[in-house]
Amino acid sequence: MNIYLEQLPQQLINGLTLGGVYALIAIGYTMVYGILGMLNFAHGEIYMIGGFTGWWVLHLLTRNNQVIMNSALVISLMIVLAMAVSGLVGILTERFAYRPLRNAPRINLLLSALGVSIFLQNLVLTYQGAKVRVFHIASLIPQDLRVFHVGSTVFSFMRVMVISVTFLLMALLTVVIKKTKVGKAMRATAQDIEAATFMGIDVDRIVVVVFLIGSALGGAAGTMVGLLFTQVDYYVGFQAGLKGFTAAVLGGIGSIYGAMLGGILLGLAESLAVTFLPSAYKDVVAFTILIIILIIRPQGLMGEKIPEKV
Amino acid sequence: MTEMTPTPILEFENVDTYYGNIQVLYDINFKVYPGELVCLLGGNASGKSTTLKTILGVCKIKKGTVKLRNERVNGLPTKKIIARGVAIVPENRRIFPRMTVLENLEMGAYLRSDKNQVKEDIEKIFELFPRLKERINQAGVTLSGGEQQMLAMGRALLSNPDILLMDEPSMGLSPRLVDQQFELIEKVNRQGTTIFMVEQNANMALSIAHRGYVLQTGSIVLTDTAQRLLNNTMMQEAYLGGTEACETSGGTKIP
Ligand SMILES: Nc1ncnc2c1ncn2[C@@H]1O[C@H](COP(=O)(O)OP(=O)(O)OP(=O)(O)O)[C@@H](O)[C@H]1O
Ligand SMILES: [Mg+2]
Repeated sequence: MNIYLEQLPQQLINGLTLGGVYALIAIGYTMVYGILGMLNFAHGEIYMIGGFTGWWVLHLLTRNNQVIMNSALVISLMIVLAMAVSGLVGILTERFAYRPLRNAPRINLLLSALGVSIFLQNLVLTYQGAKVRVFHIASLIPQDLRVFHVGSTVFSFMRVMVISVTFLLMALLTVVIKKTKVGKAMRATAQDIEAATFMGIDVDRIVVVVFLIGSALGGAAGTMVGLLFTQVDYYVGFQAGLKGFTAAVLGGIGSIYGAMLGGILLGLAESLAVTFLPSAYKDVVAFTILIIILIIRPQGLMGEKIPEKV
Repeated sequence: MTEMTPTPILEFENVDTYYGNIQVLYDINFKVYPGELVCLLGGNASGKSTTLKTILGVCKIKKGTVKLRNERVNGLPTKKIIARGVAIVPENRRIFPRMTVLENLEMGAYLRSDKNQVKEDIEKIFELFPRLKERINQAGVTLSGGEQQMLAMGRALLSNPDILLMDEPSMGLSPRLVDQQFELIEKVNRQGTTIFMVEQNANMALSIAHRGYVLQTGSIVLTDTAQRLLNNTMMQEAYLGGTEACETSGGTKIP
């Protein structure tokens, strides 16, 4: 027992890191679902593209195994550009693959999303190849800062950075959603798209903003996972997408705060599970949770049972 | 109405509206003049809501013209039409359920950029409906039917509309609330807002309206002043449920 307790703070840190990333991915699923009622299967690929963008930024800013700028600047650039590129790809997929099908049966939209997912994977496969890209972070953080210890708990710089950035982004999103005009219009549109139109809200524009924000957050997650686990390849979007989706369902799909909560809980659950179970079971945890939630509380933790929209 | 020379604030000319291939409105013609309170009466599925959605550009027309102040607006996106001074209290009110009372009101002023004036106007709405002020931070879904109706009305007024569209304001309200609601509509109209109201409750609607049109399966079959419609035999039989027709003044029957 003692040994478990000793490991607990460590697992919490790890869980929060992972959970923050899952939350960022889940937000993209949940926002799109909230407005269009569709599962954006391509969201995992948006995350993957964020990872590749981050890798390229780091790669281009590294000479002779040495970053050519201040590390904080490099990390910021990686995240910001990943958000920009993923956001752009998100907007393009909406514009060309989803908007033309807005009035088509829902299944067509789902199939289109599946198509986009396969297309983006193959696009990256074609131009980047199948090999794993390694993030050379050695020169990014000086050896003596890479980890620090508090008691028996190891804090790695990257984990602390990832936790800070994810929570900062979630706080920013909360402010946007709650306080700004466009944020309120996003909520109004998600709650009643026709009534939103009656207010003069340009729903098409709101959908674009939703894809932009959701995809940008997914891209940030992609780069941060790259920095944490130092790898990206064309296929990482699949598993990340599943985890983000699970987190969104756990929190209640359609609910942004639910996505945040669901992501963090999923991260903690996975992380705590490996304290007791062999680490091979880590991924099983997510899907066990998904199945249990779908059976006992399909509307998720924070989702509301709302009658089908007429 | 022949003595009225101003341009109509709203006008339909030979409008046909379809949902896909299904025609719902047939050759609709009507006019609403500034300052008027006009009602459109008709039974279930006669096309009343469709008429309002046609004004807003939510339903597309295949033939005819919709004009606001003599300018064609059909084909424009909804937000452009709203921006020209149209607001709606929709059927079933359509309050944003998980937004607060204040946020719902703010949505009504979505296209306005005069922030400070909006704040003042919200205060005016709260004077009109003190109940809403008490519930300012409550989610829309938690309001009673009557309170939701107030909120929908306040939300629509916050865009400072030239013409206010109302879709069955009496629906789902108790008789006492219906009375209050119609008094309020009359008051808003007297303060200068033109109102085009859709109703099934013909008696109530005609008691406050200036003029009325009667819609039957997508066609306008009758139009007259409210007073004469109240006394019209055809109306009595079809919509007013009365038997004691005073006189059979003709109205304008439209074949
Ligand atoms: N989105 C739609 N798609 C297809 N048909 C529709 C649609 N909306 C309405 N209709 C049809 O158009 C006709 C008129 O509907 P509308 O809602 O305008 O009637 P209404 O007079 O407002 O009725 P109510 O008093 O019940 O509100 C009905 O036959 C209805 O079934
Ligand atoms: Mg109706």
